[in-house]
Amino acid sequence: MENLKDFYKKERAEEWRAEIRKNIKTKERTLLERIKMPAQDPDVRNHNRIEVNLGLDEKLAMEEAQRCIDCPNPTCISGCPVGIFIPKFIKKIEIGDFLGAAKVIKETNSLPAVCGRVCPQEKQCEANCFYTIQLQKPPVAIGFLERFAADYERDSGQMAIPEAGEKNGIKVAAIGSGPASLAWATDMARFGYDVTVFEALHELGGVLKYGIPGFRLPNEIVDIEINNLKEMGVKFVTNFVVGRTATIDELRERGFEAFFVASGAGLPRFMNIPGENYTGIFSSNEYLTRINLMGATLDGYDTPVTLGDNVAVIGGGNTAMDSVRTAKRLGAKRAMIIYRRTREEMPARVEEVEHAIEEGIEFMNLNNPVKYIGDNNGRVKKMLLQKMELGEPDASGRRRPIPIEGSEYEVDVDVVIVAVGVSPNPLIPSSVKGLKTTKWGTIKVNDDFQSSIEDIFAGGDIVRGGATVILAMGDGRNAAVGMDKYIKNKIKK
Amino acid sequence: MNKIVDKIFFSENVVKLVIESPDIARNRKPGHFVIVKTGKKGERIPLTIAGADPEKGTINLVIQIVGVTSHKIASLEVGDEITDISGPLGKATEIEKVGTVLAAAGGVGTAPLLPIIEAMKKAGNRVITVLAARNKDLIILEDEVRKHSDEVIIMTDDGSYGKQGLVTHGMEEVIKNEKIDLSIAIGPAIMMKFASLLTKKYDIKTVVSLNTIMVDGTGMCGACRITVGGKTKFVCVDGPEFDAHKVDFDEMLMRLSGFKEQEAAAYKKYIAELS
Repeated sequence: MENLKDFYKKERAEEWRAEIRKNIKTKERTLLERIKMPAQDPDVRNHNRIEVNLGLDEKLAMEEAQRCIDCPNPTCISGCPVGIFIPKFIKKIEIGDFLGAAKVIKETNSLPAVCGRVCPQEKQCEANCFYTIQLQKPPVAIGFLERFAADYERDSGQMAIPEAGEKNGIKVAAIGSGPASLAWATDMARFGYDVTVFEALHELGGVLKYGIPGFRLPNEIVDIEINNLKEMGVKFVTNFVVGRTATIDELRERGFEAFFVASGAGLPRFMNIPGENYTGIFSSNEYLTRINLMGATLDGYDTPVTLGDNVAVIGGGNTAMDSVRTAKRLGAKRAMIIYRRTREEMPARVEEVEHAIEEGIEFMNLNNPVKYIGDNNGRVKKMLLQKMELGEPDASGRRRPIPIEGSEYEVDVDVVIVAVGVSPNPLIPSSVKGLKTTKWGTIKVNDDFQSSIEDIFAGGDIVRGGATVILAMGDGRNAAVGMDKYIKNKIKK
Repeated sequence: MNKIVDKIFFSENVVKLVIESPDIARNRKPGHFVIVKTGKKGERIPLTIAGADPEKGTINLVIQIVGVTSHKIASLEVGDEITDISGPLGKATEIEKVGTVLAAAGGVGTAPLLPIIEAMKKAGNRVITVLAARNKDLIILEDEVRKHSDEVIIMTDDGSYGKQGLVTHGMEEVIKNEKIDLSIAIGPAIMMKFASLLTKKYDIKTVVSLNTIMVDGTGMCGACRITVGGKTKFVCVDGPEFDAHKVDFDEMLMRLSGFKEQEAAAYKKYIAELS
């Protein structure tokens, strides 16, 4: 840790940065207002699938970069799971060296255009910004700036491909092609390994493709970042279900020395209430996969999805917000969030909730479905909601919702989307003998992200149970370091 | 990848494809299925594997044309490639020596049943198979079935081949004549429902292989969920085979019709565009 602090100090002392700090007085910097992200008008965007946030232009980005005072102790970095050199890239933006800024970010983050869009910065870097901690002012818009640098670089046509290390010929494999694997693969390629990523679906990107909708993260952006990895020499194999298409043992025979399992949080949870299997009731995974991955409702695509005037989404997380905003875009007159606690307890990102409100999403907080009612064809037509009130805090620290007896009432629905969480996918744990899991079914790992089987490492949601893109990426990076150490030790012996 | 090396029409609407897919051919077991998608804009559908040749690295799929996707797959020719095949998925059939096995297939259900009876026969069981279809043209794979069965009974709705009657009539005749230790029924959901009701009456343990709607096929989406013994199960990872007497077939039939109107409209449009 000390080494890192010294490193930041040394970097900060470089002449170019000292020069920039002198340009504007710190006091003046702190008086500047945080810029606003330009966005599509809510009443326009809730009818299209184009990205909501339009991105900063050069002027806005340079303006915002001036707010960063380039602290001697950059606390923001400690809030970043992948340790981006935040002040350094922001200062590059301040002087208009946008390509330089992108390069700095990519030293530690292989998916900046993705993270700049979907990271919960308000809980990470921006929560640890000097402005937040010391001045009680809005933090520097680190996420917006990250996205700006990444987008600028991509649009410039001069995208820097991270350099692969000198080839050591050692074969390693990742299982799953989501954010944890992509981060892991970048670092392993940098270390010189021969890297293969196996994906069960027909498309690469995992949750970035099937889960997060295009209006938050366009698929093209994910593809471009994956293409960079291909340029680095990383191999990708789709339609390959490790444990089924080939077992880990067979892959060992094919020469793979170590594995990184990042197969994600697979199984959707349901509430097990009467009528939940009526048609028209989907898990958020199914609903979003049909639309985002399979192209349902787009011209020429064969996969169907159910549309309707009244769409209810059960849950208060990011996936619930993605589902309800998708439903609105597909023409729902009434797109509702049904959540059993108040808005304050909702786990969704603040920005997503705000965007949803602007787009006309109805928030029915302190409500919980207890039963669905179907028509003669088994299609859902009504839900029975029960009103809730908040009691004492529970284990999660949030106030426990308590049902109010006799408060049940009916609401018309055509489509219901259940977004109450996921359980880890048992495919890998069940196909590898001796792999230790927790009682929740997640894979047990040590500090090096190594499992109970020495050549199998794991990270992301299959270890965490359900977290964020950036935490998964952090795991991927740490697992790469752990795996490199393991392989080098093994060679020495 | 996934090159079609042979194509045989069993009838106008039922086709068998032999596809190069070495990994799946080596690792598949009776009861497994694959997810197939054709074209960039295609849909993912589950198909139970109807046999494989691990040495040649091929798998067999039998497709009945019922809508856009099955029509597209059945229209592919030898030499064409299927865009995406993923698998083998699901749990394999539990193969053991139980005594006498009564296997029953309705229509194209014969295709997924074939590898199971082959394995059951190899395991030392006496295998009696009932093949049922609307008419003679829809009775498929009869020779292969005979090869792995001690006895074969053919039933057609119209009496154009074998005996006239439903699959359950053929099954009941067997049940009345000898002691059955296990029954396996594969076919349309409605056929499996009635086969299950019959064997329940005689208290014969019965396994069915369910063909629900799926998207990913790996447990991620829950489209295939059904109720078994009062609990929600995912056909893709908990199945596709279940204890027939615990399956809520009425709910399954209802869920199978979830996109019926859209599918019918899409098929009509597709056919109109073809001609």
